[in-house]
Amino acid sequence: MEWRRRHVLGLYDFRPEEIEFVVDTARSMEEVLTRDIKKVPALRGKTVVNLFFEASTRTRTSFEMAGKRLSADVVNFSSSTSSITKGETLLDTARNIEAMKPSVIVIRHAASGAPHFLSRHVSCSIVNAGDGANEHPTQGLLDLYTILKAKGSVAGRKIAIVGDILHSRVVRSDLHSLGKMGAKLWLCGPATLLPREMGRTGATLTCDIREAVKDADVVIMLRIQLERQKTAYFPSLREYSRMYGLNRSVFSLAKEDAVIMHPGPINRGIELSDDLADCGNSLVLRQVESGVAVRMAILYLLAGGSHAAH
Amino acid sequence: MKKPGVKTILDGKGVERVLSRLTHEILEKNRGASEIVLVGIASGGIPLSQLIRKKILAIEGVEVPTGFVDISMYRDDLARAGYQTRLKRTEVPFSIDERKVILVDDVLFTGRTIRAAMDALMDFGRPRNIQLAVLIDRGHRELPIRADYVGRNVPTSHSETVRVLIEGDTEEWKVVLTEEPGKGE
Repeated sequence: MEWRRRHVLGLYDFRPEEIEFVVDTARSMEEVLTRDIKKVPALRGKTVVNLFFEASTRTRTSFEMAGKRLSADVVNFSSSTSSITKGETLLDTARNIEAMKPSVIVIRHAASGAPHFLSRHVSCSIVNAGDGANEHPTQGLLDLYTILKAKGSVAGRKIAIVGDILHSRVVRSDLHSLGKMGAKLWLCGPATLLPREMGRTGATLTCDIREAVKDADVVIMLRIQLERQKTAYFPSLREYSRMYGLNRSVFSLAKEDAVIMHPGPINRGIELSDDLADCGNSLVLRQVESGVAVRMAILYLLAGGSHAAH
Repeated sequence: MKKPGVKTILDGKGVERVLSRLTHEILEKNRGASEIVLVGIASGGIPLSQLIRKKILAIEGVEVPTGFVDISMYRDDLARAGYQTRLKRTEVPFSIDERKVILVDDVLFTGRTIRAAMDALMDFGRPRNIQLAVLIDRGHRELPIRADYVGRNVPTSHSETVRVLIEGDTEEWKVVLTEEPGKGE
């Protein structure tokens, strides 16, 4: 198979072969990261622009690292230091950046669909690094990659995702990456944060964390987005933590070799107890590790070939 | 059965004999196998490097560390290569510092693959020296690169392709010259 995609906007239209292609490429990238010299010249002379309209350290650093490991030049634009604060529109910002001839723009934006919009107006490749509550495709791919590395397979495995399903773009990408590879997905959260329509994806919905975690192979805890809690989706953080936080007693219902994942940053003591976050079953830091390899794979596939110039 | 325009350069036995000679040359020049490591270039060099490893084991009783490199990420024509294809494996699970590295490939053509492979090797460490062993040298070099060990010199034109088929039983192996331009290294 050849890679023919110019943009990575979401995983909704990825075919399973494409997902496997990325995973295979990420494996080669991970090998590069084990060397003494963790750099290959694949994207020499190419430029990757990180255009972040929302706060992010992990994802932005991860993309920056990925680009640099491939010898691309990486430029970071963040909204707080750019002309966006002076009233420039998204399209103008993007066109100005495009005029500087980058190969790839990595964008994070609070509005769902912003990357899709840009992809129709600029000629370089666009990678979605999170758009509103829509998708976060590289997170979906790195979650899959991390599980594959830890468990060998995802098909038939019970994977529970617990937390604020409503606002989570990670869930929407995980549903595609894990779902298309045959995982049995369970979504769990308070009824106010668990949209019924998500059931149409084939996932099982429940408001009972014990039911979700029971016999699970993987438990993915989502961050309670404190900044989005101005509307009262649940009575109090304390109650949320008591009912939907993962602690030893709930986690003991999962399979013995079950693993815990979290896209970060963790609200310790709210969705995930301190001891579990640091325990041997926690893959949180492995996710970060996989993130660089997966993002290297995406940048390599988009900017490495000549179709990027077409 | 011979198709028109397909010329057999070596059959299975021929490949065996050529590799035996190459192995002896490698051992002679390096005074044994104690300091050498083998690195096959994906994909064509991988089976050849394994065959040479086995021959060294049979002759000297020494198991030589053997790895592979995929040079895709070091190519000078990456930006012109069109759509990306799947990366192959890179595995050099041993130190190459101060070792004599024998690079193994099936066909030596423009020399660009070898240049890329040497760059890749340098990222793994600092070898004492790098030597090049190829089954077929078909000429048309574009870089100042030559092989230390050559199985066969085969004069070719640009419109021809050398195919090395080493899979399954020895009887099925062959090296053929076909009249299809494009590939060849």
